[in-house]
Amino acid sequence: MTRAERAWEVLGGVPDPEVPALSVRDLGIVRDVIDHGAELEVVLTPTYSGCPATEAIERSVLAAIEAEGLGPARATLPRAPAWTTDWISEEGKRKLREYGIAPPHSVIPAQAGIQGIRIFRRQPEMVACPHCGSHHTERTSAFGSTACKALYRCLDCREPFEYFKPL
Amino acid sequence: MQASIQVSSRPEVQYLLRIGDTALILGQRLGEWTGHAPVLEEDIALANMALDLIGQCRAVLAHAGALEGAGHDEDQLAFLRDERDYRNVTLVELPRGDFAVTVVRNTMMATFFKLLWERLADSRDSELAAIAGKAVKEARYHQQHAADWLVRLAGGTEESRRRADKALAHLWPYHAELFAADAVDQAAADSGLGPRWSELKEPWFAEMTQILDEAGLAVPAAVPFLSTGKSGVHSEHMGYILAEMQQLQRAYPGGVW
Repeated sequence: MTRAERAWEVLGGVPDPEVPALSVRDLGIVRDVIDHGAELEVVLTPTYSGCPATEAIERSVLAAIEAEGLGPARATLPRAPAWTTDWISEEGKRKLREYGIAPPHSVIPAQAGIQGIRIFRRQPEMVACPHCGSHHTERTSAFGSTACKALYRCLDCREPFEYFKPL
Repeated sequence: MQASIQVSSRPEVQYLLRIGDTALILGQRLGEWTGHAPVLEEDIALANMALDLIGQCRAVLAHAGALEGAGHDEDQLAFLRDERDYRNVTLVELPRGDFAVTVVRNTMMATFFKLLWERLADSRDSELAAIAGKAVKEARYHQQHAADWLVRLAGGTEESRRRADKALAHLWPYHAELFAADAVDQAAADSGLGPRWSELKEPWFAEMTQILDEAGLAVPAAVPFLSTGKSGVHSEHMGYILAEMQQLQRAYPGGVW
């Protein structure tokens, strides 16, 4: 296994500070690991513009690589292309559900494009309850404990839960 | 006490300061709701939107500092300028008011920002285009949220309706400044940095009309009024918000968390 591949494996064990059930790789935050010989470059993508966890993620990623003796490493954070929830892996979506957060739907093409966003009469999003699987749920707030989530409740099992918003 | 910095008057720097400062001051005003919103969910939502705006501001001001080339980072730009050197539109510095004022202003500004980021995503400046590509996704959620609330307030109780009406009448005249043309705008359009903000007037009116129609509120009549925050001449509220924002950096220069 090459040094970059080993680093990639190590990053599968670095938890996201906001959703520690998922690794930074599951969330699609680690985009690439490039071996420059003298050092490794880890390409990270910030999620939301104001995500307060960005710097903590950078520190923990570099520390994990150093701890495995794979350093020195540095992180780069290109803004483009912008992070999208479509980059969350299938494994990541499964872990989200187990953690009690409904995983994001695919980004709707009409919303991904620049035109055509609907202000009103949006299709209500059918969000399945991560606890009982019921689709009989309702949104209680468009924003949750972090900008990336909305608050929902299940009308069948009556449990509140969070939904990772498509972005 | 940390002294003030002077910033280049080059139009590309000024254009970026307008965007960054408008996001900064609006973010600061939204942050004032933390612990004071009418319901907990809204407290959290407003803080989240404030965070998005501060994040967008940080990226834009960092880029403005890089373009300027005088060694100013985003914190210095955000905290060490004098009032006259802030380029935000006056609308965002007005006091947060009641919840209806915040909802109406958020609707006006999120609609504006969404349209601006959409255009800036095609900027010839690749860094600004990248910032915009991310910010536009956030602004869409802000607009939907604000518009949903405006409809609820206008269609709610007599009191919520009265307040929504009053907030709209109070804030509406300030929209004119967003679209007032000047040399900074023209230079940005000429260089491909970004659109003249006046080009956003038509789509902004179309979307605002759609939202106000949905809320059953009339589009207020035009009045001869033009605020001047973009050129540094601010309302009496600006000094107070800057004093609050700048106190820590002025007293403890370079202080970090």
